[in-house]
Amino acid sequence: MNPFAYHTPETQADVLALLRQYGDAAKLMAGGTALTIMMKQRLVLPETLISLHRVQGLAGVQERDGALYLGALTTHRAAETSAVVQARLPVLAQTYREVATIRVRNAATVGGGLAHADPNQDPPVTLLALDAHVQLASSNGQREVPLHAFFTDYYETVLRPEELLTAVRIPLPGPHTGSAHVKFLPRTADDYATVGVAATVQLDPATGVCQHCRIALGSLGATPLRATQAEAVVQGQRLSPELLREAGAVAQQHTDPLSDTRGSAEYKRAMAGVFVRRALEQAWQQALAG
Amino acid sequence: MTRTITLRVNGKDHTLDVPVQRLLIDCLRYDLGLTGTKEGCSIGVCGACTVLMDGQMVSSCLMLAILTDGKELRTVEGLAQPNGTLSPVQQAFIDHGGFQCGICTPGMVTAATALLEANPRPTDGDIKEWMMGNLCRCTGYYKIITSIQAAAACLRGEEVA
Repeated sequence: MNPFAYHTPETQADVLALLRQYGDAAKLMAGGTALTIMMKQRLVLPETLISLHRVQGLAGVQERDGALYLGALTTHRAAETSAVVQARLPVLAQTYREVATIRVRNAATVGGGLAHADPNQDPPVTLLALDAHVQLASSNGQREVPLHAFFTDYYETVLRPEELLTAVRIPLPGPHTGSAHVKFLPRTADDYATVGVAATVQLDPATGVCQHCRIALGSLGATPLRATQAEAVVQGQRLSPELLREAGAVAQQHTDPLSDTRGSAEYKRAMAGVFVRRALEQAWQQALAG
Repeated sequence: MTRTITLRVNGKDHTLDVPVQRLLIDCLRYDLGLTGTKEGCSIGVCGACTVLMDGQMVSSCLMLAILTDGKELRTVEGLAQPNGTLSPVQQAFIDHGGFQCGICTPGMVTAATALLEANPRPTDGDIKEWMMGNLCRCTGYYKIITSIQAAAACLRGEEVA
């Protein structure tokens, strides 16, 4: 690993001042589980490393104004074991619980994972299906970006060099809403998935018709994807095996996966169809029960 | 570029000048001579380098040493009593064949120690979930589970069959 200038700011304001000063030359490190590997492999060679581990006030889960806020420095383990997350967004607690291993989840953070923007990760998929928004701060002010507009390419986001991701806002789902995350893990439970799919379905309780639907895909393109064409297939419809099959078939047409050790591109596309079907059905059954 | 860090390892305070890019595993092994912690995969998957930082399992191969400034660490060397008496987890790994070739063992017993501190009465399922980040290539997983259950019983003061 190459040496670097090292800073350990203790407040968000100090982080933002450092980012303003160093811009692109600086990298932020939270849990470090992804960045340390990239630095060891010399894929990333920061001149300046700003560690966030002493920064106060950026960790923890809060419920307010009909939404959950996950501070950027909340670890995966804290998100998974949070009583509030488990009660209000069980699908999100489950998604974090199924990331890698406890050892990694003890260090990896919610904000760090999103800023890392690896399209094989699970949490962005569930967060997309939950209509999450990320809150970004710089010394010029703050902005909120819907997660579907946050990722731009492999390991790339709309984060500007002077910006810090401070929190994720997730609107709490209304009644008669179900959400599910399913993934295909042919090797080991701690591996990245071959494909991952999350779905949220909101039903009209009188008719069983789907009023809102969000479907998100992981490991199926350069970024975590929203399957908007498949969502359009489902909206306004009642649950049927034919509908699920059609949604899966439409979703898989709009994917662009890479062939790798977890499956060929062709296979991943086929599995996208299968897992969209399964995620939708699970979400739907949950919505019917709720 | 170096930084001065102070950390407590197995109850003993150390103040060290470390290069900023030094990994915790190298700091433990080469700066402090604590070679019990092993490096396996170097990417946080295999669990051989597991140490406890403020009581939480972390991969010392993915942790910059400078990030441990002010932290309390426990490594495999800190599990036995000062007189050399092995901890119940270490003894159970020997008694029940959880200790085979030895490479994964420091990480295994360290992770198992953290498990039993968090959950004194784990089910086999709890053990599998907790320990799934520690790989054994001697295929000894069932003996490891047996060892951890025996250690848990011992720590609860129960008679071990």
